[in-house]
Amino acid sequence: SVMTRFCAGFALAPRVLLSRSVFHSFLSFASITGACRAIQKLTRVRVVDNSTLGNTPYHRPPKCIHVYNKTGVGKVGDKILLAIKGEKKKALIVGHKMPGPTMTPRFDSNNVVLIEDNGNPIGTRIKTPIPYILRQREGEFSKVLAIARNFV
Amino acid sequence: RISSDGNPAKFQPPPKPVIIDKQKQREEKRFLSPEFIPPRGRTDPLKFFIERKDMIQRRKVFNIPEFYVGHVLAVTTADPYANEKVSRFVGICIQRGGKGLGATFVLRNVIEDQGIEICYELYNPRIQAIEVLKLEKRLDDNLMYLRDALPEYSTFDVNMKPVSHLDHEEVPVNKLQVRMKPKPWSKRWERPKYNIKGIKFELPEKKMKEAQKWSQPWLEFDMLREYDTSKIEDKIWKEVSEGLKK
Repeated sequence: SVMTRFCAGFALAPRVLLSRSVFHSFLSFASITGACRAIQKLTRVRVVDNSTLGNTPYHRPPKCIHVYNKTGVGKVGDKILLAIKGEKKKALIVGHKMPGPTMTPRFDSNNVVLIEDNGNPIGTRIKTPIPYILRQREGEFSKVLAIARNFV
Repeated sequence: RISSDGNPAKFQPPPKPVIIDKQKQREEKRFLSPEFIPPRGRTDPLKFFIERKDMIQRRKVFNIPEFYVGHVLAVTTADPYANEKVSRFVGICIQRGGKGLGATFVLRNVIEDQGIEICYELYNPRIQAIEVLKLEKRLDDNLMYLRDALPEYSTFDVNMKPVSHLDHEEVPVNKLQVRMKPKPWSKRWERPKYNIKGIKFELPEKKMKEAQKWSQPWLEFDMLREYDTSKIEDKIWKEVSEGLKK
């Protein structure tokens, strides 16, 4: 039944990609796992900056392969390792589907910004809203916050 | 004036005008916020009494307007990490939960193709203003299905002007039937346990019939689940209105 669902998903693929040309349609395809913990190994994420690596379509969605954290669970502001287009890239989590503390925003998709090893963002603009909580660590994320347009 | 007899008619004073004071009618219609009603349980009512005192104290200082699920609200909070230390969020209220001082409401909006939900605490001192931009009840108490609906139903302009609403009128009910994204959804909204009336189900008849397999028609007749709050509400309403007048 999983195979049939996947085939159904691929049959729908061209229609879905034509009508809503947003790359993250990959994520809610044949089956979705509900939000368990925020971002851990093998979660499919959505890259929200305007870098070429994050926005060129590929037949596999970008997946997290490591979380730089004592626990393996990444929340907003944690760095993770992504596998995109066959290469490894570090990224910063800017929003997840799991509800956090009250008064903080909960996003409808797991958002991530591609980053170099020294913390410089690869893209030049972030259109999606970023939570204000990230401003707390202004020292580490100053360059990412500088390219962000909207805050929530 | 001369009547048909030819003699002058008796003076008939004009009929007294009947004044319907709609403001007074409105005061008789009372609204008690759902977080005042204590949940059913074996907790000491003293705890709820003390909580209500604190809630009334906060309401005296800060005005929490009457709102239901489905209203479009704008909330300004104090945020140490925001630009002007103040952050404003506009969204539709999809859920009101919690009782007492921990009462919360969730606002949802779609900004730049990204759906965002924020759960605010009603009595949190960080909240500086709650404005009701649009008064509109929906067919359901819980609009969580908006997460699986098309994004157009959750988008609200951040700079929208408050829609004027007269005090004495009833809150209008919007009988909108929302169209959903293709399945899979986060919850199986077609099942009778959610009892949703605000979705236009475009599922085949077979699926709708299959969903009815999970219906529990005996639940509404279960006497142990009954919780009649009318008397409790009357008592608490009197307590709250007296507390607010002082």
